[in-house]
Amino acid sequence: MNAAGFPILSLITFLPLAGAFIILMVRGEDAVVARNARWTALWTSLITLALSLILWARFDFGTAEFQFVERAEWLPEYRVAYHMGVDGISVLFVLLSTLLTPLCILASWESVQTRVREYMVAFLVLESMMVGMFCALDFVVFYIFFEAVLIPMFLIIGVWGGARRVYAAFKFFLYTLAGSLLMLLALLAMWYHAGTTDIPTLMGTDFPRGMQFWLFLAFLVSFAVKVPMWPVHTWLPDAHVEAPTAGSVILAGVLLKMGAYGFLRFSLPMLPQASAEFAPLIFSLSVVAIVYTSLVALAQEDMKKLIAYSSVAHMGIVTLGIFTFTQQGISGALFTMLSHGVVSGALFLCVGVLYDRVHSRDIARYGGVAKIMPAYALIFMLFTMASVALPGTAGFPGELLVIVGAFKVNPWVALGAATGMILGACYMLYLYRRVIFGKVTRGDLRTLLDLSPREYAVFAPLILLTLWMGVYPSSFLNFFEASVANLVARHEAALGAARLAGM
Amino acid sequence: MYVGAVFFPLLGACLAGFLGRWLGDKASQWVTVACMALAAACGIGAFIQVALHGADGVVPIVTFIDVGGFEVEWALRYDTLSVVMVAMVTFISTLIHLYSVGYMSHDATIPRFFAYLSLFTFMMLMLVTADNLVQLFFGWEGVGLASYLLIGYWYEKESANAAAMKAFIVNRVGDLFFMLGLALTFWTFQSVEFDAIFSSVAVAQQVRFLGMPALEVIGVLLFLGACGKSAQLGLHTWLPDAMEGPTPVSALIHAATMVTAGVFLMARMSPVMEYAPTALAIVTIVGASTAIFAATIGCVQNDIKRIIAYSTCSQLGYMFFAAGVGVYQAAIFHLFTHAFFKALLFLGAGSVIHAMSDEQDIRKMGGIWKKIPVTYAVMWIGSLALAGIPLFAGYYSKDMVLEVAYAAHSGPGSYAFLMGLLAAFLTAFYSWRLLILTFHGAPRADHHTMEHVHESPLVMLVPLLVLAVGAVVTGFLFYPLFVGEFQATFWDGSIHNAAHNHVLEHAHHVPAWVPLAPTVAGVAGIALAYALYMFAPGIPGQLAARFAGVYRFLLNKWYFDELYDAIFVRPALYLARAFWKTGDARLIDGVPNGAADLAVQAARGAVRIQTGRVANYAFAMIIGLVLFLSLLLYGVAR
Repeated sequence: MNAAGFPILSLITFLPLAGAFIILMVRGEDAVVARNARWTALWTSLITLALSLILWARFDFGTAEFQFVERAEWLPEYRVAYHMGVDGISVLFVLLSTLLTPLCILASWESVQTRVREYMVAFLVLESMMVGMFCALDFVVFYIFFEAVLIPMFLIIGVWGGARRVYAAFKFFLYTLAGSLLMLLALLAMWYHAGTTDIPTLMGTDFPRGMQFWLFLAFLVSFAVKVPMWPVHTWLPDAHVEAPTAGSVILAGVLLKMGAYGFLRFSLPMLPQASAEFAPLIFSLSVVAIVYTSLVALAQEDMKKLIAYSSVAHMGIVTLGIFTFTQQGISGALFTMLSHGVVSGALFLCVGVLYDRVHSRDIARYGGVAKIMPAYALIFMLFTMASVALPGTAGFPGELLVIVGAFKVNPWVALGAATGMILGACYMLYLYRRVIFGKVTRGDLRTLLDLSPREYAVFAPLILLTLWMGVYPSSFLNFFEASVANLVARHEAALGAARLAGM
Repeated sequence: MYVGAVFFPLLGACLAGFLGRWLGDKASQWVTVACMALAAACGIGAFIQVALHGADGVVPIVTFIDVGGFEVEWALRYDTLSVVMVAMVTFISTLIHLYSVGYMSHDATIPRFFAYLSLFTFMMLMLVTADNLVQLFFGWEGVGLASYLLIGYWYEKESANAAAMKAFIVNRVGDLFFMLGLALTFWTFQSVEFDAIFSSVAVAQQVRFLGMPALEVIGVLLFLGACGKSAQLGLHTWLPDAMEGPTPVSALIHAATMVTAGVFLMARMSPVMEYAPTALAIVTIVGASTAIFAATIGCVQNDIKRIIAYSTCSQLGYMFFAAGVGVYQAAIFHLFTHAFFKALLFLGAGSVIHAMSDEQDIRKMGGIWKKIPVTYAVMWIGSLALAGIPLFAGYYSKDMVLEVAYAAHSGPGSYAFLMGLLAAFLTAFYSWRLLILTFHGAPRADHHTMEHVHESPLVMLVPLLVLAVGAVVTGFLFYPLFVGEFQATFWDGSIHNAAHNHVLEHAHHVPAWVPLAPTVAGVAGIALAYALYMFAPGIPGQLAARFAGVYRFLLNKWYFDELYDAIFVRPALYLARAFWKTGDARLIDGVPNGAADLAVQAARGAVRIQTGRVANYAFAMIIGLVLFLSLLLYGVAR
């Protein structure tokens, strides 16, 4: 069957959903329900995490093929099947999702007090959908998961969010939905042309050049909103600001990766020519994103908004790396996606720690926190440094590889990407200085308590990962080495064939 | 031993940093000192083995990155060049750790300070023992982080926070070029490993990049990176501000070790730089300009630490132009001796500040030499070494640097020689201005401060005395090895001189007046300082009033900070707000929000159509039907 001996991917995908059902069954007093919901959600997500670690252990680095494949007929007359599998590109994102979910549940332990049962259900459903999306090997299945992710996220922002949560939730929903409708059209067109929605089959299908052009545009709109790329990024700061802490963590950690993952799964392998033709456009948008949003981040007065804008800049690095079509660039992009998932998630958690205590995200409200919460200051410093890609932390290897890859394609693009190094340092250090350093000017800050054991438990895995990814990135890069090499080779072959045909 | 020299400081940093709360102040500071002492023992042992017995080697640790031919290893490279740095860094760092035990004794967070200091040392050692450019960059950025943390150590001071941020960001500007240089190196040599780079230089000479020889571009990019770390003209602005940090930090990081990383990089990349003549010419000119530029500013500053900081900047200029004319040996030799006497000067200044109850303005000192005789004596020794007076360490190295500049017989070389000579004069002048104003004359501090003036404790004096010995003996002791008759066997290929490069040999055969000139310039500078500040103390004030424009220009450091503020900082902040308020909020959000408004309007309009009268609906349906049919027929007819 597969390397695990049982349908592991389906299990990981649907286990959280089962947990959600159990939580829904719970009846009783509010406090009891809340406690049961929390513990059930935590255990469900932990078991899911443990299961997903089997993927880590059993994954075969040597091949670019899909692994742990499962296949069941679903709509045979339309050649649509329930087809699941992971390769080097997707496997680590499954793990990222299963890792962040328990942390999010733990982080919401005390900060969420209303409708706890529904909140936990939403998170488990969200996990289910995210994992399913990264495992799906059939376009229809993928599309369903891809869209379904929106619903729990929409609810999490809209119900448990801040003051302007409804505006932010609708903006988030409409932006991303508008994009995905075009993807649906593209899906139909592809199915019409190839007669199947099986992703591995589609990867081997040759789409005519004119069709590639339109398909690419449709995908671009859809994925660009998700990434988000400049200039369709403005939903992100609003969504982040209004979302509860854990919502921000998942949004930044996993949901932002869906767009870039889409580029890698669909645009690049299926539409090689169009990808190559559109690369200059992507480069320009990416460089603009890096410089523009970094500058905007510099002017922010709200901690979460600042980090949200920094996410856009980091995703600029990712899109840039993907479209270099070099092994370094794409590996760097993948690594940046992972590290950003860990680091920006952690940064949102850092903001959450302060927000839980003071109920303000206003930068000017703070100052001198280092004196009151030294352990917190140290942890915040680590993630700040990871965000500015200091070598030895998770942010560095990805950025290095992307810049190296971009340099081959166009040194000026590399220069543009590298300015992010300077601007990133500017806004992050400015943030850190205003919040953590300085004198304590507000009396009420003096009574703040340093991190609680629960908060240490949330941060510990992220700290470990940040350092591990920074010091020994090979253990992660090995996962996607074969798949990326295969992707680049096939891309070059396809372009070569097209060039021959054109002569 | 090779591993120990590098990792003992990390161990110390972790112990003090994470367990400091439980260990207590005393235990954690002595633990770090002990770790440093062990590292120094290993470092000196390694120096003896590698440099004196030729046991070069690379200690591989683990693969860092391996993506599509881009292979990077964690490894410790031990050759003469790195081992010179390892021995020097561990030795001086140990002394400074020891000194800090006394200097920081009244501080509130002692374990934090020692953890940072040891962390810095570890990063610096990673930098100098790097086997490839990426690991070098790891150390490079790591020392930047430690420097940032230590400059901002007193984080309640706004000026310290600002200085720390400035240091990090200005360094990042340099790092940007380093990163690009690294990328170009990879695509030129297909590797970032030093051995692989050095062995294929001949092939790479043919490679062109954007119409220029790739090696030249690499040389310039790496030099720009070095400019940031080593505070060369243009990217120097952070160094004087960095004096906000505690004085031991200034001595260790901003004088003896970190700021010399750029010079080390030039020497490390010598096999490449040798084939990049234009890049070398740029290095020479920038180095020489920095030497004179910083010296002019040093003459009018009043903060004791800032004067020494500008002096550091100026001496770094010397090292760079020595490297620029192709004699990296002389650059490293000056780096080596400078580390001793500059650390000595800073620690001496720290001792003065300690005695003066944290006063740093030399205008408020004076008349204290009898009260702190040991400090006074070591400051003299340090200044004599800095001014290049014969028999002191600086004499050997600075003379050598100027001789090689002269012997280069090139335009940039001659410029460097001239500027270096002038700067030597100014160096001696401001050093004695500092000595005289600080120690002699009538006391200008208030009565209360003067009563408290006291010599520092033994734990601070011992490092001072050891460094003083170093400032005397390192010159003549190491001259034969570094640049003299044994240099070729000593360096053992770790520094490369191209076949066409005979500058070092020529330097030993320059006309007799050349080696004499710096000494004369130094003595003249001392004499002038004595004349102006000891015997006719009214003249400097009159001069400043007479040439008010020049004075203000120098006092304000050539207005570099103001310039950068006007062309970088303020426009960036302006753009930031403009992008945010206009770009994002009005333009980009304007479209969807506008679309949403439009939809609402349209919906209102649609509501009005719903009149509820069947006749209206029927009419609309008929119109629709007609339109549909005509379209269909049109299609068929065609």
